[in-house]
Amino acid sequence: MNLYGWIQLALYILVLLLLTKPVGLYLIRVLDAGGRTFLDPALRPVERLLYRLLGLDPKKEQDWKQYTLSLLAFSFAGLLFTYAILRLQHVLPLNPQGFGPVSPDLAFNTAASFATNTNWQNYAGEITLSYFSQMVGLVFHNFVSAAVGIAVAAALVRGIARPSAKTVGNFWVDLVRLNLYLLLPLSTVFALFLVSQGVVQNFKPYEKATLVEPSNLQAPKNDSAAQTIAQGPTASQAAIKMLGTNGGGFFNANASHPYENPTPLSNFIQMLLIFLIPSGLTYYLGRKVKNQRHGWAVWSAMAILFLAAVLVCWRAESYGNPRLHALGVDPADGNMEGKEVRFGVFNSALFAAITTDASCGAVNSMHDSFTPLGGMIPLFNIQLGEVVFGGVGSGLYGMLVFVVLAIFLTGLMVGRTPAYLGKKIESYDVKVSVLAVIILIFSILGFSAWASVSQWGLAGLNNAGPHGLSEILYAYSSSTGNNGSAFAGLNGNTFWSNITLGLAMLFGRFLMIVPIMALAGNLARKKLPPPSEASFPVSGPMFIIILIGTVLIVGALTFLPALALGPIVEHFLMTGSGILY
Amino acid sequence: MKIWLSELRHSVAAVLSLAVISCGIYPAAVWILAQGLFPAKANGSLVMRSGAILGSRLIGQGFAESKYFHPRPSAAGQGYDASSSGGRNLGPTSKKLVDAVRQCIADYRAENNLSPDTIVPADAVTASASGLDPHISLKNALLQTPRVARVRGLDEKAVRKLVETYTEGRDLGILGEPRVNVLMLNLALDGTLK
Amino acid sequence: MVAKSHSLFEWQIIGPAIVDSFKKLNPLSLLKNPVIFVTEVGAAVITLGLFSRSENEPFGFVLQISFWLWFTVLFANFAEAMAEGRGKAQAKALRKTRTQTIANRLKADGSVERVQAEQLRKNDLVFVSAGEIISADGEIIEGVATVDESAITGESAPVIREAGGDRSAVTGGTRVLSDRIKVRVTANPGESFLDRMICLVEGAARQKTPNEIALTILLSALTIIFLVVIITLKSFGFYSGVTFTVTVLVALLICLIPTTIGGLLNAIGIAGIDRMVQKNVLAMSGRAVEAAGDVDVLLLDKTGTITLGDRQATDFLPAAGVSVEELANAAQLASLADETPEGRSIVILAKKYGLRGRSISEMARTRFVAFSAQTRMSGVDFDGRQIRKGAPDAIRAFAGDNVPSELQGAVSSIALSGGTPLLVADGTKVLGAIHLKDIVKGGLKDRFERFRAMGIKTVMITGDNRLTAAAIAKEAGVDDYMAEAKPEDKLTLIRKEQAAGHLVAMTGDGTNDAPALAQADVGVAMNTGTQAAKEAGNMIDLDSNPTKLIEVVEIGKQMLITRGALTTFSIANDVAKYFAIIPAMLVSVFPVIAPLNIMGLRSPLSAILSAVIFNALIIVALIPLALRGVRFRPLGAAALLRRNLMIYGLGGLIAPFPGIKLADLIVNALHLV
Repeated sequence: MNLYGWIQLALYILVLLLLTKPVGLYLIRVLDAGGRTFLDPALRPVERLLYRLLGLDPKKEQDWKQYTLSLLAFSFAGLLFTYAILRLQHVLPLNPQGFGPVSPDLAFNTAASFATNTNWQNYAGEITLSYFSQMVGLVFHNFVSAAVGIAVAAALVRGIARPSAKTVGNFWVDLVRLNLYLLLPLSTVFALFLVSQGVVQNFKPYEKATLVEPSNLQAPKNDSAAQTIAQGPTASQAAIKMLGTNGGGFFNANASHPYENPTPLSNFIQMLLIFLIPSGLTYYLGRKVKNQRHGWAVWSAMAILFLAAVLVCWRAESYGNPRLHALGVDPADGNMEGKEVRFGVFNSALFAAITTDASCGAVNSMHDSFTPLGGMIPLFNIQLGEVVFGGVGSGLYGMLVFVVLAIFLTGLMVGRTPAYLGKKIESYDVKVSVLAVIILIFSILGFSAWASVSQWGLAGLNNAGPHGLSEILYAYSSSTGNNGSAFAGLNGNTFWSNITLGLAMLFGRFLMIVPIMALAGNLARKKLPPPSEASFPVSGPMFIIILIGTVLIVGALTFLPALALGPIVEHFLMTGSGILY
Repeated sequence: MKIWLSELRHSVAAVLSLAVISCGIYPAAVWILAQGLFPAKANGSLVMRSGAILGSRLIGQGFAESKYFHPRPSAAGQGYDASSSGGRNLGPTSKKLVDAVRQCIADYRAENNLSPDTIVPADAVTASASGLDPHISLKNALLQTPRVARVRGLDEKAVRKLVETYTEGRDLGILGEPRVNVLMLNLALDGTLK
Repeated sequence: MVAKSHSLFEWQIIGPAIVDSFKKLNPLSLLKNPVIFVTEVGAAVITLGLFSRSENEPFGFVLQISFWLWFTVLFANFAEAMAEGRGKAQAKALRKTRTQTIANRLKADGSVERVQAEQLRKNDLVFVSAGEIISADGEIIEGVATVDESAITGESAPVIREAGGDRSAVTGGTRVLSDRIKVRVTANPGESFLDRMICLVEGAARQKTPNEIALTILLSALTIIFLVVIITLKSFGFYSGVTFTVTVLVALLICLIPTTIGGLLNAIGIAGIDRMVQKNVLAMSGRAVEAAGDVDVLLLDKTGTITLGDRQATDFLPAAGVSVEELANAAQLASLADETPEGRSIVILAKKYGLRGRSISEMARTRFVAFSAQTRMSGVDFDGRQIRKGAPDAIRAFAGDNVPSELQGAVSSIALSGGTPLLVADGTKVLGAIHLKDIVKGGLKDRFERFRAMGIKTVMITGDNRLTAAAIAKEAGVDDYMAEAKPEDKLTLIRKEQAAGHLVAMTGDGTNDAPALAQADVGVAMNTGTQAAKEAGNMIDLDSNPTKLIEVVEIGKQMLITRGALTTFSIANDVAKYFAIIPAMLVSVFPVIAPLNIMGLRSPLSAILSAVIFNALIIVALIPLALRGVRFRPLGAAALLRRNLMIYGLGGLIAPFPGIKLADLIVNALHLV
């Protein structure tokens, strides 16, 4: 834990803080059907064209049921679209490596994975997918699933902010505007920046490099004289995969691959892109509910949870693996297994915390090779619901569910029926909120428990002992949480794993969105009395503590027993015994 | 029923139109701009000599001969397979990991003539995340310097100077870690880059 | 007083409560309390498992765990039974007033028959004479009577009840002291006011309030989550080579599910209604008590609630060249025969100027002029002097428009300050002005200040003109006022506030208050009010004290706070229980995990047993708090939250650590495992 780490951490948080307000203000314009932006001259005609193609009246708003129906119909259509592309990639263009069709279960898993903003990768990009599959089948979802997430968050915020309202916005308008005005322009700018750092953007076949030392023992495959270097339209995908917190790497090694994340600067920008929109959304929240301090309070709660995660992870990784120290590895270097030299321990730990606080799932180091506690942080982050800034939109709506639960739990202690910003939290709101939480827990614990005692579940493990359990827990947490990062030693590309992981992703996404939309609709209906001394305080240290406490207690109480058998036991075994698995 | 049909129509229209924009226009635009603005980088930062590709300055390559600086252990394919990136993904209490590291340490000490109790830099004996890490730490490079100098019959100081030349500092003086690009250093040693 | 408060633990209550705790073990009756139901199922499973337990579990351990789980259920039942028992004790007291009475029923042919009270039906007509007890709730349709209502209200002074108007309702069980009245019965036997009251305080008619329903959903959800946690833990254990026995898993489950709040939730609700009854307020439902806590607008009638009801003379303002004593003397003379409170207050004020009281008999040859609506003056004629006091324009007319300009100023400034000016004239000479003032009840200003801190807006309703209303509003410290209000304006105002999302409470007694009482979220009807008002409200104040509204709100808040505090406490407890049980469960297979046993519990078995014991006993420990309620403090939301969170949140986090440790020490000292 050296000074450079502290400076980089401070710099990161500072830059994020400074960008929150401008992004939030821009989001307000984008999420207002009539909002104006500086891109209007170029994009307004495109927007109108899209509405005409859809046969849509952009001024007509939808109630929560219509909004949800549109969202589900669109997501399902997108899922089929990608499934078809993957199955047919051998007859589609842009396949210079001549890859065959993707198997049905893997295609289902991958389509579900991208349609749910998870980007879990049971395939290795450079040896499975054609450029067309990546660029159309997958990148399509990188944009739209991000927009869907933000749309749900916006609908929920509208529900909270609007007094006695029936509608929560128009899904199609939100979808179109978010893509046109927010995601596409930002992605273009950042994609070019990434190219300037060395990220590739081409449609060439893989390059063959003549090895400098042809005879070396580590020569790849059959051709001992050449190194096949994978290429492709990486930059355009890498920008949106971060901005949209998708996380699906163009290459198998994701953001640790030098072509996807070549420099510490590109790494810094990519980390910033992950939190950019989620952080801006907290400002959007504050502005829409006319209580900017509330927005900042939510931001602060997130920032504190984030900081805690980074520090624990960084501490554990800097401490390193005592087993290796005993063999003669320099303890000062920390745990470098599965990490890149250019990022080092700090930027790997920081990236791990960010990518799992958000539902991004891109990785610049291999979480599977983290120390037990260092690896527990990303796992626990996901299990908390990825509400620390979180996925684009999903982070905010997940956090708002915790806000509702936190206020309900403690709100009675001010002597009134709990109310969030004036809106009473009644049994229906509690019901849908706990439903959203319960679904995640059922999926994570249920599927993990099944996998941990079944033949197919154990077959994919790369590690034995407690670490193997961590791999299973991580897989179902990551898929349910729509994160997509992995304890990547686990081989998920088997029939049952593809199916269960795919289902976990679908449950974690859509079975959570439906209750949250119901919450949005129900909150919208309610009257909105002006704030008074009796209102539950939704800003200030007390609220921040309550929110953090609720998130941690729900997460800890639910997952502690399982974690105790995974990373916690492994930690004690690593430090206190000589047992190896 | 009517609402389902209209939702279906909206969905299909939205999928297709947004696909055209985000999967056609967008990557093509980035491609054109990238090829125009940063052609070398967009095409892989390749190192060429007389038309032949020697590698990419961003992608690590395997070196085992003692006249070269050695990169980190790689788990990409059979090692430094740039079409099959990935890490070893072994956990901290994995026997495989401990055995592999033990072997690596022994080899490292042996080839560099180090005493059996020399502390070894972590990056020298652990696999990187991508398997294609082009860098090693300066500490690691300096431990290899005497060997390379000896095998090549060069002055150790000259080699060290070269190492320093191919050491990249922190980005903007703050970000990331100082590092040595192994491929570029080895090419420089061979004189290929001149 | 009927509804006396019972000390928390009286043997008459505890005895039957213990019996009831066992009766309540019936799983069907526990179904509506999911947390405790699951606890009972767990207890049953372990008890049955006694005979098929695994070898490494000593019989004594399993037996004790099963005992303590049964105790957990019994303690929860006991809490509820205690709350009900206290209600029953009050109901019993109420029932005593229902001695059998004989009623004189008017038959259709006009004759009177004597019937038992329970034979009376709605709309029957009965006569009640002096000395008799009114047999049923009803409305006087003929006559006036003084009635002793002490049986209901505890107030010994008799009250006047008369046909027509707002004082026409009578309550069964009260005694007529004078005169004879004709009463129309308004309630069938069993449906009377008293009957409903008895049902409510016994808890029999209690339905879950909206907030209780929401909380039950949350508690059920937590129970389901922990069930999933425990069931999946079995699999994870299987993977890890750890065998978790059913006993241990059930013990962990019961420790994790929120048994504390689950066990006390009903008791808190019943105790809330009970506390209302102790304040002599009868809430018609738990929902009403809960709404009282949520109220953020109070509509208060000026007269009787904010002011004493009568205006009082507070100042003499003499005209130029007239001494105060002179004015006081004349004013006193003019008021000697004036028996109105205003008149008496003038006499009393005049005494302060050294004028001793004179009796009317001293003053021969005097003629007292009484107040009349035409003259709007009163006074006295003696010794050829004509002394008058009255409304300014009346005196002006009397004295021949001879009012000095400085007095004109005094008159308007009195009116401006919300007071009522009177002028005093001796013949054509206007001596000065008297300042009559509405006297605001003592301590109200502080009370309203507290309400403001709690975010509650007080609105004063008065028929006075705007100026007067504004001045009194300012003096009393209410936030807002409604002047020149007609009864129907109240309804409009309530609707307006409700549309803005506020919850409104009001008191009322008249028939024309009924619509507003019905519309208000909390409508407290005065017991002295009309039947219509009582039917419309959702609470009845037996003391007919409009200021009681304030206490009603406080009790409502107290109930909500108690519920919230115990919920937070219950959930925060789980952290410590994990630290006790998880290491105990794993240490046999993974001895390296021992450092997690931060409480240093002796053995795995004693750790688990101690957590279960703590979990059961904490319910008993908190019963007094649940019944008494968390002490209410009139603070703003933020301050209240901070305070309660420190006590019940942080306390809930920390308290179990020493608690479980202590249990462990005792378990080991007694060699229980």
